[in-house]
Amino acid sequence: MLDFTILTNHLDSFLEGLKITLISSLIALLCSFILGTLLAIMRIAPIKPLNWLGTAYIEFIRNIPVLVIVFFTYLAGHFGGMIAGTIGLTIYTAAFIAEAIRAGILSVPKGQMEAARSTGLSYGQSMRWIILPQAIKIVIPPLGNQFINLVKNSSLLAVVAGGDLMYQGDLISAKTYVTFDTYIFVALFYLILTIPLSIGVRFLEKRLARSNVGGA
Amino acid sequence: MDFLAPFKEVYSLDNIKFLLDGFGITLKVAAISIVLSFLIGGLIGTLRYMKIPVVSPLLAVLVETIRNLPLLLIIFFTYFALPEIGIEMEITTAAIAALTVFESAMLSEIIRSGLNSIEKGQIEAGRASGLSYFQTLRYIVMPQALRRMVPPIVSQFISLLKDTSLAVVIALPDLLHNGQIIYAQKGSYVIPVFLLVAFMYFIVNYALSLVARRLELN
Repeated sequence: MLDFTILTNHLDSFLEGLKITLISSLIALLCSFILGTLLAIMRIAPIKPLNWLGTAYIEFIRNIPVLVIVFFTYLAGHFGGMIAGTIGLTIYTAAFIAEAIRAGILSVPKGQMEAARSTGLSYGQSMRWIILPQAIKIVIPPLGNQFINLVKNSSLLAVVAGGDLMYQGDLISAKTYVTFDTYIFVALFYLILTIPLSIGVRFLEKRLARSNVGGA
Repeated sequence: MDFLAPFKEVYSLDNIKFLLDGFGITLKVAAISIVLSFLIGGLIGTLRYMKIPVVSPLLAVLVETIRNLPLLLIIFFTYFALPEIGIEMEITTAAIAALTVFESAMLSEIIRSGLNSIEKGQIEAGRASGLSYFQTLRYIVMPQALRRMVPPIVSQFISLLKDTSLAVVIALPDLLHNGQIIYAQKGSYVIPVFLLVAFMYFIVNYALSLVARRLELN
């Protein structure tokens, strides 16, 4: 049977970890959404050197482990674990979000851009006011998936002493010598965050699939 | 010149050989894990596809639970928590076990959706021509589904190769771990080591991603 005194005696630590995990994931999601949008536009914009730069970033980052990036931001910069970890997660996730946004932009029919340009909007204005609002609908479910990945990947903060849920779990198990039960509680706290998110994303995906069938 | 000195020191023949040794472990652990995950994930995915009462829903709960947990937690759990209930493994085995548990759940979803993507008419046609349910699955559905599954499976292998780096937390002597040993010698070694380590991961994963893309086009 699980030792519930682990949970009750260290509830503050668990909740503190949960808070850091959530904050770090949310900040990383917001920042990688901004960076990812910029990268996606770089890849699509009709300027060759920008295309190369965007492609190089995305291909390089997507193909190396996120832990390598987190260690690097921790060791190369002079940040604490939480900030270094969040920066590392942002650098990594932005590459994946950029690909999702690019797919969204490319799914908007070409005529939309042509129509916008012919009404006198600049390329940037057409992107901002015509293309991106239509692309965002398709991008939301993959963004949700990336958020789930962020919540899970934010556990890497533990290896750079970032104070997150996994880190607090390690501290509690080191203090109490009760590793098994502590990790079960850590797992339950993660599931409280990720299971509702998974269900939400699946709901959005289904609705999107339906609306596409109806619209076609 | 000062800026280049640490690069020269880090990129010595001995260091590169040491890193390649670590990369060998990374590749070995990843390869064993992907084969095991394919077998276990294939079984789970097929059982869920067959919609067997009790069994399929139970597997669904198991798969969803594992998929929604951080891999790092599963690795910690395998190596540090399981010995408390009498299951002790040495580092490499623990790393392979943890990766296999996590990736089996991921692969089972790929395999299930691959099977689901085959039109129901195929099964009906198979059954109508006198094949049993299992024969239809084995000779009609599986071969078609497998072809569609290959690109996502290669992508999953890329994830697995990257995820293997998490086993440094239990001191698996893989590429990242050996890199840590080198940069721990001097502060100025950090950037050259990380560049080389990242480059090694990149080369193999990028090559694999090109293969996956090629397969997707076919």
